[in-house]
Amino acid sequence: MMHKVALLIQREYTTRVRKKSFLLATLITPLLFPAIMGGILWLAVSEGERSSLRIIEVVDEQDFFFLESMEQYAFSYGKISLDEAKELVRKGERFGLLHIPPLDMERPRGISFYSEVSPPLSFTSMIEASLKRRIEDTKLQNSGVDPGILQAVRTPVSLETITLASSGDEVAGDARVQYGIGFVSGILIYLFIFLYSNQIMQGVIEEKSSRIMEVLVATMRPFQLMLGKIIGIAAVGLTQFGIWVLLISLLSSLLWSFFGIRMPQAELLEAQGLAADSIDPALSEGPARLLMPLLQVDYAYILSIFLFYFLGGYLLYGALFAAIGAAVDTPADAQQFVLPVTIPLLVAYMGLFLFVLQDPNSSTSFYLSVFPLTSPIAMVGRAAYGIPFWELLLSMSLLILGFIGSTWVAAKIYKIGILAHGAKVNFKVLWSWLKRED
Amino acid sequence: MTSDTLLDIQHLHKGYQGHQALQDVSFQVPEGTVFGLLGPNGAGKTTLIRIINQIITADSGRVLLEGRVLSPKEIRKIGYLPEERGLYKKMVVKEQLLFFARLRGLSSAEAKIRTKDWLERFNLLSWADKKVEELSKGMAQKVQFIATVLHEPRLLILDEPFSGFDPVNADLVLKEILRLKKQGTTIMLSTHRMESVESLCDALAMLHRSRLVLHGTVPDVKARFSQKTYTLDYLPYLSDSREHLATTPQQVLIQGDAREANAQLSHYIEKGLVTSFQPHVPTIEEIFIQQASSQQHDA
Repeated sequence: MMHKVALLIQREYTTRVRKKSFLLATLITPLLFPAIMGGILWLAVSEGERSSLRIIEVVDEQDFFFLESMEQYAFSYGKISLDEAKELVRKGERFGLLHIPPLDMERPRGISFYSEVSPPLSFTSMIEASLKRRIEDTKLQNSGVDPGILQAVRTPVSLETITLASSGDEVAGDARVQYGIGFVSGILIYLFIFLYSNQIMQGVIEEKSSRIMEVLVATMRPFQLMLGKIIGIAAVGLTQFGIWVLLISLLSSLLWSFFGIRMPQAELLEAQGLAADSIDPALSEGPARLLMPLLQVDYAYILSIFLFYFLGGYLLYGALFAAIGAAVDTPADAQQFVLPVTIPLLVAYMGLFLFVLQDPNSSTSFYLSVFPLTSPIAMVGRAAYGIPFWELLLSMSLLILGFIGSTWVAAKIYKIGILAHGAKVNFKVLWSWLKRED
Repeated sequence: MTSDTLLDIQHLHKGYQGHQALQDVSFQVPEGTVFGLLGPNGAGKTTLIRIINQIITADSGRVLLEGRVLSPKEIRKIGYLPEERGLYKKMVVKEQLLFFARLRGLSSAEAKIRTKDWLERFNLLSWADKKVEELSKGMAQKVQFIATVLHEPRLLILDEPFSGFDPVNADLVLKEILRLKKQGTTIMLSTHRMESVESLCDALAMLHRSRLVLHGTVPDVKARFSQKTYTLDYLPYLSDSREHLATTPQQVLIQGDAREANAQLSHYIEKGLVTSFQPHVPTIEEIFIQQASSQQHDA
């Protein structure tokens, strides 16, 4: 009998993989990923040249501050009155007006910025920082500190966040990169589970409504039939994912080498906790600097977490969608059942953004990532941040129990549903099928 | 069970929640015959077919094929065309046929050879590499028929075989049924349109409200019900003077023993000119209606 299940798997696999839509989705998606990355880099690199210079009029009544023009902001000291300056802003000749009234050094108040549109947050904090430094420098000089010393103590600092993995490794992480990976893999797993589970359901409905089911079920057990379909479509998903991983790593390494990072594809795939010092220090300048944190991600770990939760989540939801397909006669009838089954998926999806990516270690994130109906999405969202071993173990065990349970429930509904035609099926009917002894 | 019985159905009972689908159904299907499984919708035909196909199990009773209780081994020996037709639309004709043949246990190599033969016989060879959705409805029906018989089953179960086919294909299928019969295949036709299979069937079983109401060879059944029934045609007199006859003949059905029949005959001789008086050979449908109504009276 097993060779019949193999036949089913083969049929599901080959008919789907040969579809044009599969080919397109499989080839275009990985092109999008490096394209977006490349786009961001390109924007970052060319930003300075492209954006128009914004001129800011400074009306400094004490003639005390001097702000150096930087990036896209230039400061003009026209020594004009406040009202004249306001007029310049209104006419659009100045982006904004910085008004510095006579200041009490102990309590500097009343500094204002006028503009036609609200300035970006980065701009205000930049102005604040430089005014603050100027005032502090003045205070220090007033108390007798040598300006040379002031220059010498100034040290640039950037914060590097490091996760202590249970294996003893110290993984350097960048919050933006971790967020990005959690974001992308969370969405990806949501889409994967949803799309492939839906394919199972559509396939079952097709077989049932065309009565192919009657012929199939005359040659094997309903459970084998269900299993064949679920495994066959899983193989399609894994193939698609495998091609993506290959293409993305290939294209990314091409892209990265273009920006000056030597990053062979093999090294990328095996990048086990790549330490920061193994990267050529000469590369830490220029646009490549932006990509540096990406190199420090443990891709093998994230990939294996992703694969486990994709398979687990897919098996859990796939079985439920197979049962829905078996219970109804048309896709339209399926809607009433699809919605309640989809709600936990949507909750997990929203939870990913509201809780998991905001604070991967909050208790809400914990519950979302161990509850089997939400854990596939929530846990991959946490993967890049590092997950305590026991939480991973608990979540994985619950997910395995979860899909065994959902498969058991689905098999009972499936077995009766595939032979029931024209009957009005609601939750009460499904419940009676579940309770039926055989 | 006699030696030439292919399928032996013994005391089948099957109940669903709230109603009995089959009650103590027993009959034999002789080997090499076209066998009609008749009855109106809801009589229990589909349930019986599903039990023979091992899709569902009976509550009690058993089914023997070639003297052996049904097991997965027998899947290979049965071919089944369900009432509503369907194929995988996106699948190529050739691969689809291979798939179904292999599900029934044929080896890949053997399935390939037979697929080619059958496609040739049905003039479909040039369509072998097309997807089913590209075929006309008639062609798809032929493909499905091939899928049903490709593994050369001993028992071919066709549920409403002519309902979905256009007249040309129905004729083709009819010819194939007769050809397969000649080769020794036993064919079970299930239908609620009894007139459509009357000429085709050698034997039949009739289900009504989950019970077997009639079963036997077609000549036997007809002979059994033709006794005590006669048709009488006559041209009635137009007036009591008996001078003129009506131009349109009238027909009456007379039931009863010899004395009753003769009395009726005398009665109609008085009423007009009797043009014919003969034993009535009932149609299967008439027999069914008679049986069904007498069952209702019994109940």
